Order: sequence, then structure tokens, then C-alpha cells
Amino acid sequence: MTAIAAAVLLNARFLPIGVSVAPFLKDGPFRRALEGQTMVTTSWALAIRDGGRFDRAFMIGATLPQYAAWTVGSAVGVLAHDVGGGVEKLGLDAIFPAFFLALLMRGVGGSGKRATAAAVIAAVLAAALVPLAPPGVPVLAASGAALLGLRGGSS
Amino acid sequence: MSSVWVSIVAVTLACAAIKAAGPILAGGRELPPRASAVLGLLTPALLTALVITGTFGEGGHLTIDEKALGVGAAAIAVALRTPIIVAVVLAAVVTALARLFLG
Repeated sequence: MTAIAAAVLLNARFLPIGVSVAPFLKDGPFRRALEGQTMVTTSWALAIRDGGRFDRAFMIGATLPQYAAWTVGSAVGVLAHDVGGGVEKLGLDAIFPAFFLALLMRGVGGSGKRATAAAVIAAVLAAALVPLAPPGVPVLAASGAALLGLRGGSS
Repeated sequence: MSSVWVSIVAVTLACAAIKAAGPILAGGRELPPRASAVLGLLTPALLTALVITGTFGEGGHLTIDEKALGVGAAAIAVALRTPIIVAVVLAAVVTALARLFLG
């Protein structure tokens, strides 16, 4: 039960991620729900276009090969038991945060005072919650920084 | 069915529902301006949160280690107008080297 809750919490980020791409998916709730299944954090990030728009086809296209690689990789991992911590040895775990940071610095996800303010609030929330909350919660809670958009006025 | 498979099915269904929720609820209609503004800020907020948890860990405490060094190197590279792909590779290389020599 705890394991189920932990796994679900780790995927809770796909609530805000799903909301962010929703306007760019095809019409029809069933179609959108289906396309939503192709959301993977990396595909989502790769599909961000200038001005915070999303390239739906690119996201789906980026997920399919990843899904195949993920499945094959998992099977190999299960059968081989120990592949020797290659991910950490090669520094591959630094790739995703570096890529997300690079997107932010280039203003790909949206620029302007509002975007910067939301990013700063999200950073503080995430950092504050990491020691307190189980994995998954910091990212979910930090996405609440977007509620800054409820305040009127220009960006 | 063993309990492991029950867990796998439960997590799979829950995750499918989570991934369907946003697209169903927030898509396919004209959103009021304030809702659009919130949506527009989700991306920078999410990216930032992923940078923090990805760099400093999410396992109950924040750690500054070799990975932070690699991500920091990538940040400097991006600031110096290096293409993103090069900066990302640099992050991995710096992290790997730091682990090799400092770890």
C-alpha cells in the first residue's frame, strides 16, 4: 500500500504537466486523455516552444522511441540484476536537470517578470518541501506557484 | 494474482487517470484569461521545481554534490551562449569527472 502511494505521488506531477499541455492537444476529451498518456517529463520538456506553447506531435513522437527503450531497458535491468551503476558513473543523472535549467535560462517556457517570479517561488517551495515531504510532493506543490497568474495586471 | 501484480495494476491505472485528468479538464475549450495566465506560468514553475529536485535530490534532504557541480557548469555554459545540447553533455562530463576524482 505504501509502495502504491509512493509510486502514485511520484507521478502526481503529471496533473500540472497535463494541464499545461491540455490546450495544445487534439479535440475530444477521449482523444486528449489518450494523447495525455504520452506525457513523459522529458518529452514534455522537449515539446516546449517559444512563448510557452507546446508541440503536440513532437511530444508524442519523442515518447514512442523512449517508451520502447524504457521497456527494453527495464527488461534488461531485471534480467541482468546488476549493470554496475553506469548512470551515475557517467554523470547521466545530471542531464535532465541541466536540460531543464538550460530551457529556463533561454526563456523557452515563457519569459517576463511573471515567469521569473513564478520560477523563484517554485524553487523556494520545492527546496523547502524536499526535506519535509515524500518524493513527488515538492514538484506538485511547487507548480502551485503558477497561481500567481490569478493576480490581475500585465506580465 | 500476486500482490506485486495487484500493485502494478493499481499504479498503472492511477497513473493513467492522472495523465488523463489535465487534458480532459483543461483542454478543448476557451479558457478565461486568468486561467490561461496560470497555465502559462505552469511551465516555468514546473521546470524550476524539476531543476531543484533533479539537482539537489528528492530523497528527504537536499544535497550539494558532484551533480550540482555538473549542472552549475552547464548553467555557466548556457550563460556564455553555448548551444543547449553541448551544455547538457558538459553537465554529464563534469559530473562524471568530479565523481571520478572527488568521489
